[in-house]
Amino acid sequence: MDITEQIEAYLMNEMSDEESAAFEQSRAIDPSLDRKVVLHEQFMKQIKEYGEHRKLISDMNAIHARLDISAIREEVIPTSVKMKVLWKKYHSNVAVAASIAILAVLTTLLSTGSFNQATSIRSDYNALRREWSRDINTKVKRSQNEILQNINASSKSPSTPSLFSGTGFALNTDGYVITNYHVVKGADSVYIQDNDGISYKATTVYIHPSYDIAVLKVIDPSFKTLRSLPYSFKKSGSDLGVDVYTLGYPKDDLTYTRGYLSSMSGYAGDTIAYQVDISVNGGNSGGPLLDSKGNVVGIVNAKQDKTDGASFAIKSAYLLEAIQAMPKDSLGRKVILNTKNTLSSLSRGDQIKRIENYIYMVKVY
Amino acid sequence: MSREVKRFEPSDNEVILGILNDSKGVLDKLYEAYFPMILQLVVMNNGNDDDAKDIFQESVIVLYNKVKKGDFVLNSKLKTFIYSVCRRLWLKRLSQKSRVTGNIVDFEEVLSVEDDIEQHEERDKQFDLMELALGRLGEPCKTIIEDFYMNSKSMQDICEKFGYTNADNAKNQKYKCLQRLKKLFFQA
Repeated sequence: MDITEQIEAYLMNEMSDEESAAFEQSRAIDPSLDRKVVLHEQFMKQIKEYGEHRKLISDMNAIHARLDISAIREEVIPTSVKMKVLWKKYHSNVAVAASIAILAVLTTLLSTGSFNQATSIRSDYNALRREWSRDINTKVKRSQNEILQNINASSKSPSTPSLFSGTGFALNTDGYVITNYHVVKGADSVYIQDNDGISYKATTVYIHPSYDIAVLKVIDPSFKTLRSLPYSFKKSGSDLGVDVYTLGYPKDDLTYTRGYLSSMSGYAGDTIAYQVDISVNGGNSGGPLLDSKGNVVGIVNAKQDKTDGASFAIKSAYLLEAIQAMPKDSLGRKVILNTKNTLSSLSRGDQIKRIENYIYMVKVY
Repeated sequence: MSREVKRFEPSDNEVILGILNDSKGVLDKLYEAYFPMILQLVVMNNGNDDDAKDIFQESVIVLYNKVKKGDFVLNSKLKTFIYSVCRRLWLKRLSQKSRVTGNIVDFEEVLSVEDDIEQHEERDKQFDLMELALGRLGEPCKTIIEDFYMNSKSMQDICEKFGYTNADNAKNQKYKCLQRLKKLFFQA
């Protein structure tokens, strides 16, 4: 019998008792045989273990295949982590998609010239307040001077020219004056100056930025209550083509200009304003737009640059709406608007004579 | 963040006895009781379902080996042992993939299982060698060896299966195969 066969037979207990006793004896005297036996036994064990190992794995795979893994997942993994895992898996795709989308949008906007339009829209809209100085430092200095003046209270009129000016007109006889919001925006202090050149200190009591309307109240004790207003406010809309005129302070003296309503909508289709073909300039802002009968139909507030005959005026209906919306506590009492018009039968020259004392230059420091 | 995984757990003694007696049912119970815990561990730490499967199965192999060798002393819960092995194995995988190193979000307490894992890796190497050697052996030798040594089939069965004229022929063939396998195994 071959030696390996013998060893195996011995290890697997296939030998008879005598054979096995003989084998043990020869093993005891022959160390090399003994080593072979040990090695063979080890190797057999290794093969057997490998078999068991493979069986264990295949058993486990069978069990694993039987389990509902997604259900277990649901049970042990919080949702936030599932999102995180999804995000981890797909974030590069999402990022690429997002960048492509952004790029596409930007390219489209660029190629259609959307950006250029947007800037041009802003640039040709010119709010008509009059600017005296662009120097910020002077502004600061002037407001400092102003403060000093106030402390000293030596003079009632401001010592230096104002930085911005516009026009305003009386809302009623108690010293309420209406003007544009953009005229008084960012004001340190506000003065109104009447046609005789006398200045009164005023405060802004109400603003309505979206209608570009501001209401000032004269707080100067020297201000005398006015005689009743000659003009009234037109509640309904005016018609296209109606002759209109305005009075304002584009320079230091009251200036008259006339024109007609050229469109029922304002800048870029803005329905709050009329388009008026009238030549107005910086400083006309806040001036009343009157029709031939002396009704206030709007407030001049802007014009379009590089376009002839396109000035804009806030419709009187919105002016009235803004005034109605004034909180009562910002006023001493309710503002009563004049409804009686005493101008309708007068000639233009006489109308202006009656009106001019109710038009003010609004000076903003 | 961590959610307690509550499941039916077989008693530790039951599992150990089951492993020693080659009970199939106990493997089922072990798998169902502890796989979810490992799935949670792995998925919450940058792994996926397949990683969890691999890691868990390795830990079961470590446990089986330890129990069968008889040096499994029940000085901690079985659950803790499995968790610790998996945690260690997963950390190793992570550092190999060099994704995250060192830090892991834990859900259970942890034992030191370095020795067990070292042994396991050593064994795994041997198994890989065996697999390689068997693969090179070719048919019919591979099947004969597998049937005789792993599946404990008698020489008579093998003789019939492969159509040898008598059991002695089959035996001869088997010895030749075994010699070649030894050569291949120890050469590698």
